[in-house]
Amino acid sequence: MPRRLLLNGRIVDDDWVYLAEAEGNASAPLILSLAEWQTGRDQWLAQDRRLGVVLSPAHKVELLAPDIARLALIGADFSGPSEGRGYSQARILRERWKFGGELRATGYVRRDQLFFMARCGFNSFELPDTDLKTAQAALATFSWAYQPSNDVGLPFKLLHP
Amino acid sequence: MYRYDLTDKTLVRERVAQFRDQTRRFLAGELTDDEFRHLRLRNGLYIQRHAPMLRVAIPYGLLSSTQLRALGSIARRYDRGYGHFTTRQNIQYNWPKLEQVPDILAELAEVEMHAIQTSGNCIRNTTSDHLAGVTPEELEDPRPWCELIRQWSTFHPEFTYLPRKFKIAVTGAAQDRAASQVHDVGVHIVRGPDGELGFEILAGGGLGRTPIIGQVVREFLPRRHLLSYLEAILRVYNLEGRRDNIHKARIKILVKSLGIEEFRRRVEAEWISTRAEGLRVDDAEIARLRGFFNPPAYRNLPNTEPAAGKSTAFRAWYRYNTTAHKVPGYRAVYISLKKPDVAPGDVTDSQMELLADLADRYSFGEVRVTHTQNLLFADVEQDETFELWQTLEKAGLATPNIGTLTDMICCPGLDFCSLANAGSIDVAKLINERFDDYDYLYDLGELEVKMSGCMNACGHHHVGHIGILGVDKSGEEWYQITIGGAAGADASLGEVIGPSVAKLDVPETIARLLEVYVERRQPDERFLDVVRRLGVKPFKERVYATPAAA
Repeated sequence: MPRRLLLNGRIVDDDWVYLAEAEGNASAPLILSLAEWQTGRDQWLAQDRRLGVVLSPAHKVELLAPDIARLALIGADFSGPSEGRGYSQARILRERWKFGGELRATGYVRRDQLFFMARCGFNSFELPDTDLKTAQAALATFSWAYQPSNDVGLPFKLLHP
Repeated sequence: MYRYDLTDKTLVRERVAQFRDQTRRFLAGELTDDEFRHLRLRNGLYIQRHAPMLRVAIPYGLLSSTQLRALGSIARRYDRGYGHFTTRQNIQYNWPKLEQVPDILAELAEVEMHAIQTSGNCIRNTTSDHLAGVTPEELEDPRPWCELIRQWSTFHPEFTYLPRKFKIAVTGAAQDRAASQVHDVGVHIVRGPDGELGFEILAGGGLGRTPIIGQVVREFLPRRHLLSYLEAILRVYNLEGRRDNIHKARIKILVKSLGIEEFRRRVEAEWISTRAEGLRVDDAEIARLRGFFNPPAYRNLPNTEPAAGKSTAFRAWYRYNTTAHKVPGYRAVYISLKKPDVAPGDVTDSQMELLADLADRYSFGEVRVTHTQNLLFADVEQDETFELWQTLEKAGLATPNIGTLTDMICCPGLDFCSLANAGSIDVAKLINERFDDYDYLYDLGELEVKMSGCMNACGHHHVGHIGILGVDKSGEEWYQITIGGAAGADASLGEVIGPSVAKLDVPETIARLLEVYVERRQPDERFLDVVRRLGVKPFKERVYATPAAA
């Protein structure tokens, strides 16, 4: 069964495969860890497929800066319910490096964090099935927000702009 | 004060609905203890020794009489008839039932209150000077800026899962009544080189097990950049602050390990991107916020001497529990929550309701919470202070001890808090029993005693002129004493005088410290000044010269 995820507000089958899932599939878009990307960068770029890289919380976003234009997906991994670095990674990718591709939240991603993640620029979420069902509603948790961020397209307005 | 419009109201109601759903999922077994912990903490709900504890936000300590009445009503119907005011100018309920918390929050929402971000690793309630707007020595009223920060920090999408909690204090006066130098970030309104008002920004202060005085990150920040600069500081902290060790996770540890120069360099580098147009503080918006804090309709009054010819009791209260106001004919009046036989900061449901009525009658319907766990009526006509005092006196709210030894800051301690090593409230009681002679208290003058039941330092013991820290010694409650701390503009950390003392010996220890002070003081020297001049040594010698023999 393909992975289901929330992409641009809709529940869809995941087109992408992680390297561990990629055996026998040389054309599907491929997600790599930063280490996999760094050790075989030229080899991956030579392949005719879309590429993505997932950052761990401690990784500096700047490590991907030279390759932003070559990546169709960047992921930020959340190691548990207290992890929060991915929120800053996402905003830096969107705002400073103008990353326009799929920005995916992976790891510990739950409906309760979805609104904040989406506001930081994530548009793709790997959620457990139970949370996937309620994810669209979770994106509409609040109708208003007090601060500007990266949330074009979310169903709420800025308060006191 | 700031009033919600329909949008603020909607946001808070949506939060209530969200938390109701989270509570339901937890009770239904859909969320684990740990998962729910992260969610409930961001809404002020702790699971404590006896019951949950709910902390309700009071932004920069400002309450309307309607809100105070609602807090009293909640205390009666959902708790055991009282609440506890904290050093973050908030209120805590110690006995709510978990399943009733969503209903409490729904009632709070109706009076424009909430428990958002009153705990957890996020930006907490912004605190300020309780004399904001009325003190004669103020450059500018800090409250519009506090409200701006409150709004910006509420549900900030990037900074809701920080390495650790984050506390901001804003002051606009020469005297620092908000302990801003021991905050993660201190914001001081200052005049810049061209005479314009802006901010001095401090970072890296804090108490807890590693007390540190904050350092200046930027000497002058133009006002339009306040939020973008805070965002830069928070982003550096969110990415670089330690997450591997809870005791090293506050921003003070990051600032200390990088050094202030390098920390500043990183913040300023980040600021280049956060300074984008969207976060510029708009003149119109700050003017709109200022409009909420316009002075009330003061009457044109002469200055009078209300204490003249009145009883000694009133004169003492007037001297200690009221303070100067910038408008002639007015005083700011402290409501002491430090009655000797009551836990410091506690107030009952009926007292809250009475105070709400009195605020309507005497102080334009507003009440403030001080970080020293008292309440304040900011705008009382001098000629009405006597009448007000008579009512307060009957209600047990006129203990004339503001700024004296018995006006102690005190955490809930072992009686309520699951983190505490030792009791605080019972030690406060012992101290009150020992020092019950007001002539002696007044002779001692300004003296700040601060007490924490564990090294988390909720009672700010490091910055007490006398600090008392509860420690666990093989299952017994002992107390480490520090002297020479201060939280004001001349902030300093207290020094430990020696080995900790047994609970029953705490009053005798304090008595000996005060003996040295009385013997050695010069005219107009406070206890703190004598400690600073002489050092710890003579105090230490006296305390440990002979057993305390309580």
